[in-house]
Amino acid sequence: MKQDFKLTKKKLLGKVPALKLLKRMLLIRRLEETLGKLFADSEVKGFVHLSIGQEAVPVGICANLGDDDYITSTHRGHGHLIGKGGDPKRTMAELFGKIEGYCKGRGGSMHVADFELGVLGANGIVGAGTLLAVGSGFSAKYLKNDRVTACFFGDGASNQGMFHEAANLAAVWRLPVIFVCENNGWAEFSPQSSHQAIKNVADRAAAYGMPGVTIDGDDIEAVHAAAADVVDWVRDGRGPVLLECMTHRWQGHYAGDPQPYRDQDELAAVTQHCPIERFKKMLIKRKTINSDEFEAVATEVELEINEAVEFGRQGTDPDPRDFMSYIYAN
Amino acid sequence: MSMGFNTIAGAINQAIAEEMRRDETVVLIGEDVASGIFGVTAGLIEEFGKERICDTPISENAIVGCAVGAAMTGMRPIVEIMFQDFLTCCMDPIVNQAAKMNYMSGGAFSVPMVVRSPGGAGIAAGPQHSQTFASWFMGVPGLKVVSPSTPADAKGLLKSAIRDNNPVIFLENKLLYFEGGELPDGPNITIPLGQADVKREGTDVTVVAVSGMVPRAVRIADELSDEGISIEVIDPRTLYPLDTKTILASVSKTGRLVTAEEGVLTCGLGAEIAALVSEQACDCLDGPIVRVGTPHVSYAYNQAMEWATIPDEQDILVAVKKAMGCE
Repeated sequence: MKQDFKLTKKKLLGKVPALKLLKRMLLIRRLEETLGKLFADSEVKGFVHLSIGQEAVPVGICANLGDDDYITSTHRGHGHLIGKGGDPKRTMAELFGKIEGYCKGRGGSMHVADFELGVLGANGIVGAGTLLAVGSGFSAKYLKNDRVTACFFGDGASNQGMFHEAANLAAVWRLPVIFVCENNGWAEFSPQSSHQAIKNVADRAAAYGMPGVTIDGDDIEAVHAAAADVVDWVRDGRGPVLLECMTHRWQGHYAGDPQPYRDQDELAAVTQHCPIERFKKMLIKRKTINSDEFEAVATEVELEINEAVEFGRQGTDPDPRDFMSYIYAN
Repeated sequence: MSMGFNTIAGAINQAIAEEMRRDETVVLIGEDVASGIFGVTAGLIEEFGKERICDTPISENAIVGCAVGAAMTGMRPIVEIMFQDFLTCCMDPIVNQAAKMNYMSGGAFSVPMVVRSPGGAGIAAGPQHSQTFASWFMGVPGLKVVSPSTPADAKGLLKSAIRDNNPVIFLENKLLYFEGGELPDGPNITIPLGQADVKREGTDVTVVAVSGMVPRAVRIADELSDEGISIEVIDPRTLYPLDTKTILASVSKTGRLVTAEEGVLTCGLGAEIAALVSEQACDCLDGPIVRVGTPHVSYAYNQAMEWATIPDEQDILVAVKKAMGCE
């Protein structure tokens, strides 16, 4: 008999896992705040897209994945990489364009990828990661290696034909793929109301014959619990699921975007959704942790980020004459 | 080496089957590949089943995108895009994902994938089922581009393409599918990518012809040899990386160059080879370089108009005479 997908009740996390999630979120937050500054100071070049405010989604999802599982990411991808366990040092080195970086300085912010952690790359093409996720889902099913793929994409990407083709194919082939929609209400400079006539991207799941659910993406415990349910379902071979996480983009489309298109009252109020502050307050109120323990984690993160920045800054510049390497694999 | 006889369609079918037997990570993904348009993949489903011969929805982006993701995670997919015109529907996964992946990941991820696709006019298929896009893909760093003209080349090159660790665009020609030719037996006979083949040796004019233009150029070479004109026909077979050495050596010998392709002349293969020879062998030239190809137009449905558009043997003949200065 066909069983319907249902979310189980949110589980309250104990001290050790809670501090672990807090630390990952803080790492993303501080890495990106630091990147914003380095970009403003012209130490980091090109385009940088920050996911500040959205940290609970990658951290809550990836906490339920193993190192062998895959993720596909977006142009706003630092959080996904760090959420999957990526190294802030190699991330920073890449952003500084150094040889020690994830892509040896050839990719930059929009292409950070980690073979060992199954991070199939951030992606400069909106929606393109959804297709790569179908591919890693296909290989996992064919090779029977029990791996799942979490495919991060935004409300903006959900209007790409690529998303439609990916969701349909994943469903018809019952691939182990979790379509994680980070609905932050913005497609570059355009509000959701101007780019789609629905409020919830999860509504589209039914059209592909897959379950779709919407959760509060700024509540890390809600994301963590939902991800556990979805990962179980997908790993069990029951086909893909669309998990929509409602979240908030605090910064502009790119670092330095002054956001004249945004309602200033809405923007001023956006920090009230802070997934880190919400979780911290809740944990202290529940007496799961105390504020000293939080501060200790924050201090560790600060040290790691400072180390990462120095690692990146002091990294080895590639020889410019080496620009023709890596065009083809051997 | 024992020798059999087969068509190009049959040779491609054999290459796929042999490589699938050799390596279980090889799969075939595409629209109606189990049935097999033009009969190319017919029968493979019986041996390999639907896990490896994968019929897809009509979703070219998803077909190629899936292959790219699968190639990044341990597979060697072969993709079929039913007509080259449909490659325009999946340019992002080919150009932005597959071609750039190894470079932009600093070698962390490679994409061992083959995209097979038939092109070419001549069956009244109209403007959206007839085009040849070889030169588009030659300009994309990270891709290799192959376009065979005989059964033996098709088989040997496809096997190499499947074993290659890079994305290979394998461009077939609909009218050539059922041309017969010798085909060596044996599952380990491959032809390396990047090597041209001299289809006919000659001393007076070099004709660099590709795909469907190769048999036409060879027939013209036969015809003109009766007039005492000796034509060397070179089939590059792989368009990127191009075997420039063989082309330059031939032009150095003959002093005259004609290029023949079915694609539109603008920024085409002929333009590329003409530029190569102008840059690197200009002092060897005894006459103008002459290009044969489709003018800047699509292919009409009306067959008389269509054949007026497609470059034919007469066009090659005229070009050779022009290159020799005897118009």
